[in-house]
Amino acid sequence: MDVILQAMGLVFDPYVMMVIVLSGAFGLFMGAIPGLSATMATALLVPVTFFMPPVPALAAIVTATAMAIFAGDLPGALLRIPGTPASAAYTEEAYAMTRKGKAELVLGVGLSSAVIGGLFGAVVLSFTAPVLAEVALKFSSFEYFWLACLGLTSAAFISTDEPVKGLISLLVGLLIATVGIDPTAGHPRFTFGSVELMGGVNFIPAMIGMFAVAEVLRSVTATSPLARVENGHFGNVFRGVGGVLKQYKLNLLRGSVIGTLVGALPGAGSDIAAWISYAVSKKFSRTPEKFGTGHVEGIVDAGSSNNAGLGGTWVPALVFGIPGDSITAIVIGVLYVKGMNPGPTVFLEQPELIYAVFVTFFVANLLLLPLGYAAIKSSTQLLRVPRDVLMPIILMFCIVGTFAINNTVFGVGVMMVLGLVAYVMEENGFPIAPAILGLVLGGLLEDSFMTSMIKADGNLVAFFERPIAAVLGVVTVAIWLSPIVLRMRRKGASPAGDV
Amino acid sequence: MKRRSVLKFATMAVAAFAAFGAPKAQAEWPERPITIIVPWGAGGGTDAVGRILASLLEKELGTPVNVVNRTGGSGVVGHAAIAAAKPDGYTLGVATVEIAMMHWAGLTDLTYADYTVFGQVNLDPGGLMVSADSPYETAADLLAAIKAEPASTFKASGTGQGGIWHLGYAGWMLSEGVDPANVPWVPSQGSAPAIKDMVAGGVDFVTSSLAEGRALIEAGKVRPLANMGEERLGLFPDVPTLKEATGSDWTIGAWRMFVGPKGIPEDVVAKVVPALEKAYNSPEYKEFMDGRGFGMTWRPAAEAYEFMQKADEDSGRVMKEAGLAK
Repeated sequence: MDVILQAMGLVFDPYVMMVIVLSGAFGLFMGAIPGLSATMATALLVPVTFFMPPVPALAAIVTATAMAIFAGDLPGALLRIPGTPASAAYTEEAYAMTRKGKAELVLGVGLSSAVIGGLFGAVVLSFTAPVLAEVALKFSSFEYFWLACLGLTSAAFISTDEPVKGLISLLVGLLIATVGIDPTAGHPRFTFGSVELMGGVNFIPAMIGMFAVAEVLRSVTATSPLARVENGHFGNVFRGVGGVLKQYKLNLLRGSVIGTLVGALPGAGSDIAAWISYAVSKKFSRTPEKFGTGHVEGIVDAGSSNNAGLGGTWVPALVFGIPGDSITAIVIGVLYVKGMNPGPTVFLEQPELIYAVFVTFFVANLLLLPLGYAAIKSSTQLLRVPRDVLMPIILMFCIVGTFAINNTVFGVGVMMVLGLVAYVMEENGFPIAPAILGLVLGGLLEDSFMTSMIKADGNLVAFFERPIAAVLGVVTVAIWLSPIVLRMRRKGASPAGDV
Repeated sequence: MKRRSVLKFATMAVAAFAAFGAPKAQAEWPERPITIIVPWGAGGGTDAVGRILASLLEKELGTPVNVVNRTGGSGVVGHAAIAAAKPDGYTLGVATVEIAMMHWAGLTDLTYADYTVFGQVNLDPGGLMVSADSPYETAADLLAAIKAEPASTFKASGTGQGGIWHLGYAGWMLSEGVDPANVPWVPSQGSAPAIKDMVAGGVDFVTSSLAEGRALIEAGKVRPLANMGEERLGLFPDVPTLKEATGSDWTIGAWRMFVGPKGIPEDVVAKVVPALEKAYNSPEYKEFMDGRGFGMTWRPAAEAYEFMQKADEDSGRVMKEAGLAK
């Protein structure tokens, strides 16, 4: 108790609070601009945190990322471009709601579920960190293989209108993921002698290209005026939110739980949490046919899941020094610089600093309510700006953001090429979300499969020999078989159509 | 009249001084910001070393020093960018141990000879670790078991295929007269995932540096058996060197060098080296390196260059014998 009071004293300090508010505004901006992700916000904060004591330094990162993950919903709902990868899972859905004139509701629900999910993640982080990390630590490549399979399976769920096109899109993503140095043999593949391609196709330029550039192209080539949102500014964004949250309170809980668990798994962060939650939501919904047409249910799940995931990713990072995602990979670097070497010992040596991080999580997520509300209000500017003014600006931010990742023009090239590919794919009715997921999980899938095979000397049975792997494997195979059963049950389900 | 001519003279004098002074001032390195290229991602160990050196050199040299991450291609992209920069002293970089290995693997033509070397700033010797529930208490036990059991009984990891710790493992086996192929190498995306996989029961031992396993060693999840350096580590004084543990003469380490493209003028080198040495000896650098558990080793320009040359020969020999060279 003494420690908690001490930690609160560290956080509720004028300087720390000022850092939290400023980094919150920074995070909202970063999240709302497509292509500038929460990871990039963290990376840009690192040089600034070098000049701060440990508590404000970590508070800045915690706040900025929590804000950015929510703010990613704003361009997703208003422009059909996810601001961060964590919003990609339900961008189509949110945009469809906006087109139905429910922009206030989708943003209000997004904000509320983000706050609730974030707080849930913070509670879990604070109370069960060591226990969860122990579970995640037992995962070897066999378990990761099944996890990657589960992730890819969710791609199939997200695009069930035309499973064949979804599958082709997934394979395009997996193909792009094979570019670069083979993770097991160390041999370059599909690099055409280019040194830049040896590192593979970086996910962030690819995502910016496939979502943002394709959208810019679509807007440029549109012959008929795009359907514009009716209301120029938002009224009360919280109207009707209470009812939605009450109706889907189980989804809220489920999204938060899945988000925290997926976040706590090393390597899987908020974006994968959102995909899985959205797929699970659709799977268990009473009205799965409404998904993709502007239905709020999946947004409650995924919106709470990605913010809950943030808390989850800190669990293995703090307890064992193993990053939960790319954000916490950077955080671990900061922890070392600040002399808070992650590991169980830090809980004994500097508990007040660790608890200060926990307190920050609560503060940041509560602060998300007013700051996020202000962000929604000012986001109406995005609607007022005509698209022919907005699109060049977006393209400019995309180019700057892509360039900033590696400081090379090559990334900009990747973004442009994949933007064209995605545009052509979408014009022909191929969904791009599966391609993105294939690109993200392709490396993990191949890597975990190959290393597992090396460990097992080529014996496939090994994928079911370890208890956790066996459970995950059986669940995955069961999910693969379930569509056949489901297909037989619902024959006349209407296609969702292009949105 | 007189005043005017004095003024005129003064103006002329200033102009003349400026005319003669200008080329000299231009030669005064550094007159504009310096860029340091780090071939690895932001947030990693090399990035952190590059950034702390940048901030210290900024103070020493009195000019802004910016860090730029050029990642990709297993380090090839960034190393190539340093070598290809204009050798004017305004683009420098941090070269890592991979520069002594990549060309043997056929990934690039770049070698140590493509750089101006200012000094070595770090060395982390390889290690030998097993999970805390492993039956092997010493490196000698493990070695005896590897020799006694049939091939493929054990699996090892620590980095990607052909990476530094794979080399460390292969070199150790060769020094003991064991075929490295007897223990299949399980490639990983780095030390941390490999050590985690070992704790999860995926592999039997890991040959990364002990510093990289620090958090899990201190948590009692990992048992360090040896370090593959010349002497014991300050961080783990109870862990024997490989020589003490098994009698093997094999040593290996991951190192970081402060370099620039080949052909940087002598007068610039003469300024960078002392500034770098001062930065290396600063309390800030020591505190930072101790905090991260990185090994401190300093070799100035020529010595560092010789060290790279030897490391290059060693890795070439072992990579060929272990079948890792192209």
